[in-house]
Formats: sequence, structure tokens, C-alpha cells
Amino acid sequence: MPDEPLVLGIETSCDETGVGLVAGTRLLVDAVASSVDEHARFGGVVPEVASRAHLEAMVPTLQRACREAGVAIADVDAVAVTAGPGLTGALLVGVASAKALAVSLGKPLYGVNHLAAHVSVDQLEHGRLPEPCIALLVSGGHSSLLEVADVTSGVEPLGSTIDDAAGEAFDKVARLLGLPFPGGPYIDRAAREYGEVTIDFPRGLTSGRDLQRHRFDFSFSGLKTAVARWVEARERSGEPVPVGEVAASFQEAVCDVLTQKAVDACRSRGVSDLLLGGGVAANSRLRALAEERADRHGIRVRVPRPGLCTDNGAMVAALGAELVRRGRPASALDLPADSSMPVTTIVA
Amino acid sequence: MLLAFDTATSAVTVALLDGVDVLAESTVVEPMRHGELLAPGIDRVLAAADVAVGDLDRVAVGVGPGPFTGLRVGVVTARTLAMVLGIPAVGVCTLDIVAADVVVGEAFAVATDARRKEVYWARYGRDGRRTEGPAVVKPATVAMDGPVAGQGPQLYGELFPRAVEPRFPSASALGRIVETGSAELLAAEPLYLRRPDVSPPSAPKPVS
Ligand SMILES: [Zn+2]
Repeated sequence: MPDEPLVLGIETSCDETGVGLVAGTRLLVDAVASSVDEHARFGGVVPEVASRAHLEAMVPTLQRACREAGVAIADVDAVAVTAGPGLTGALLVGVASAKALAVSLGKPLYGVNHLAAHVSVDQLEHGRLPEPCIALLVSGGHSSLLEVADVTSGVEPLGSTIDDAAGEAFDKVARLLGLPFPGGPYIDRAAREYGEVTIDFPRGLTSGRDLQRHRFDFSFSGLKTAVARWVEARERSGEPVPVGEVAASFQEAVCDVLTQKAVDACRSRGVSDLLLGGGVAANSRLRALAEERADRHGIRVRVPRPGLCTDNGAMVAALGAELVRRGRPASALDLPADSSMPVTTIVA
Repeated sequence: MLLAFDTATSAVTVALLDGVDVLAESTVVEPMRHGELLAPGIDRVLAAADVAVGDLDRVAVGVGPGPFTGLRVGVVTARTLAMVLGIPAVGVCTLDIVAADVVVGEAFAVATDARRKEVYWARYGRDGRRTEGPAVVKPATVAMDGPVAGQGPQLYGELFPRAVEPRFPSASALGRIVETGSAELLAAEPLYLRRPDVSPPSAPKPVS
């Protein structure tokens, strides 16, 4: 392997067909085709629609990535692909394509964990990952707090959501407020425009007894119900629903809990670097609040730019490159797609 | 050199052909593991015949109809190989591949498992040419006393009492009909025959 191996990464765990090319920690290209518009009218990702879209987008996205990076596919030194967690049918399109690449190029294949890839991607922007670090990964599919001792072999889950993912709560509240799918960016904007927090929505798993059992876990279903009740009461009284006001107060409740627990995790583990990732990490309030709170305790916060927070192939390539650099063993060709791959498994 | 494979049924079948000579073949019948079995199968036939992947000049894939997840594994594999190697990928209806191995000397049908109490089905003349289908149908609507290949007769014995071989497509048959020019060539595009299962979400349920 060359010093800066050229690694191609494929991501198809949900509704984005992503292909990234990375040389060492240098991002060459991040090509993404999204089927999000096809899901919008259903208010959520429809697995079969996503899988069909992945199949159609796979080869064109591979070609576009190579073209934009100015590399020939034959120059690729290793192929990495998300093996899980995610939607099985969607994962399988990427995994099968990655295997065909590995076979036809005669290069090693790494079937990697999607969450570890979210952690690795920051290397492409802010240089080598600080290890250990605490990672807060929040999206429509996951809400996890991880302690990362070694992103290629040692990731320990500290907590995760016990019901809805944070991004799911954003989508559901957006729907209640008549905002489009996916809800995150619209809630962020409406909240920013309104500018203040006036409604005291509940913060799940932050009270004394809950904290004992679920110190680093999240729960957003109670919050979602509280928002729905509040909106319904308004509707019943015949008054218009103040979209910005509800959005701002809801968003604050989510960000408050996420950042509180993330900073608590850093302090309790004696870790001074906090990394944010996942689609919800693109939320402006989450970033601001995390920095403000971490700063008070001398904790550094790293957040990749929004395009790298959402699902993409570059993050998979970034992890693949790190696996190559650290000499980790590659996957076998009978690598399965594992919809519930545990975060403790980095390479399948 | 032609690499042929089909993943549209419970069989994952791969063959390597030089003209109509089958150099190596690998078939494993195991449902739901297409994603795991196909690439090792390809690797195996290439190794068994001692052929380098760069020596391939065409890829042929069964494009269904068949269960979507397995079907896509085959199609995306064919398309990716074709892209990397700069060679064409052609598709053939999976029911035609099954039909190519039927030897009965009379008209027959092929019926494979479409789940949900339906079959993927097509009818063939005595000369082996497809005369009806492919379609996804309730088996009762196409019940027949004549010969039926595919898994249909194992699943619906009362409706298809006369089972004939084969039950599954073979990649060597796929390769053979492509090489002899007797196959109807299609794009490497799945024959889904069904629209995706989606229902728009209902209005948010009141919580109080
Ligand atoms: Zn993700």
C-alpha cells in the first residue's frame, strides 16, 4: 500500500447513494445522489423506494466521483462500504457493488460500521482524530453517545435513544407544524427567525431517577407528544399555531438534552474532545450550544461541515483509509449486510 | 469470455463460458443470502478456470422477475463489473433461463415464487419461445395440467400437478443462450413487475 492509499467509500444505508474518494486524510471528492424527494410525500424514508433509487444511482455516482476527482477507477487501492447498521435492502446494493469493485480491481474490501464512519469523517476537515474522544452522533436513524479510544478497533457505546432518534423527532414535529420533510433544516430556520425560547417542553431522561439508569441515554418520544398536545390545544382554541415559537422551544429542548449529556460524558470519562456527527449535527443551535457548554469545561468541540455530517461516501472512505493506515484486516467476500450491526464491530 | 449469473430466485448461480463451453459453474440454493454468496461464487469460477477478471468480455445477468433484494444484488454486480472492466452487461429474463433447460417436447410454463401467494409466470411454446408473460399472477389464474418448471409446482402442487425440471435457473443455461444468440437480450435492469409497497402516512394521530 502507498503512504496515502486511495480509498473509495460507498454509503447506501438509508436514502443517500454516496461515493467518496479519499487519499490518506485528504478528501478528493464526495459525490452524493439523494432520493429524499421521492420520500418527501410519504413523510419518511420508504425502504423499497430507497433501494430502487440506490440501484439506479450506484454506477452513475461511482463514475461521477472518479470523473470529478480526476482518478481512474483502476488507481483505487482499497474499497470500503457501509455494511451496517441501516436498511437491509439499501445496504445490500452498496455492499454488492463494493464487492464487484473489489473483485474486478483485485483490491481489498472493508465492510465498515456506519457510526464509526460518521466519527472518522472529521479527519478530512480538521486533521487527525483526537483519541480518545466522545462522539455524539445524531440523525434520523441514530442518536448515540460513544467513547472512541480507537476508531478502527475500540468504540464503546455509552448511551443511545430508547425510543425515537433525534432526527425522527425533528421530522415528526415538522409534520405537526406543516413544515416539509426532512424537518431538520426547516425547524432550524423557523427557530432562528423566531429567536427566543418561550415554551418549557420536557427534557427526557434528565431527572434524578432517570439519570441513574439512563445517564447517557436519550428519549424524545415524550417531547414529541408534549409538542403535539401543545399544538392541538392551540388548534382547539381556534388560534393559529405559532410555528416559529414551537420550533424554537422544541429545538431548544432537544439540543439542551443532547449537549448536557455529551458534556457530562466527556467530564465523567475525563475526555477533552467532543465530536458531533450525523444529520442533526448540521443544526445551528446544537453546534452553538455544544460549543458554549463544552467551553466552560475546557472541552474542545469538533463538527464537520454540514455536508459531511449527513450520510455520505467520504466518511466511509475516511474510515477505510484509517483502517488501511493502521493495518487492520480486510473483510471477506462473503461479507453480509447487517441492518443492526453493533457499534463495537468496526469492520465486519 | 462470458461471466453469467442469476440471483432472482433462491439459487445463486454463476458460470464462466468460453463460447458455449462452460469452463466453471457454481450454484448454491440458499434463500436470502444472495449478497453473501454471489461475489465468492464469481471469485470461485474465475479461480477454478484460472481466468483473470480482465479476460472477461461480457457479463450476462438474470434480470428477474424475482424477489427484489436478491435481484438487485445481481444487477448492481453486473453493472459495476461492466463499468470497471469496460465491457457490456446484458440482461435476460430469469424465466427464460429456466425455460432454456426444459426438455419436454411440448408447450409448457415456468412459475417461480413471487411470495405473497403469487408466482412469477410465463408460458412457452413447444419450440421454447415465450408466448405469454412474464407476469406476476395468482397461481389459480394460470393453473394448468401441462408441464410447469420452476418452483411453482412445489409450492402449488394442486394447481400445477405436472412438475418438470429445472426448479431453478442455471447460469450455464444463461451463458449458453446468450452465446448462441437465442436469448432475448434486455438491459441490465430489474423486471420488478410490482410497484414499491408504499402508503402515504395518515394524518398525525391526535395524542389527547
Ligand atoms: Zn448516518
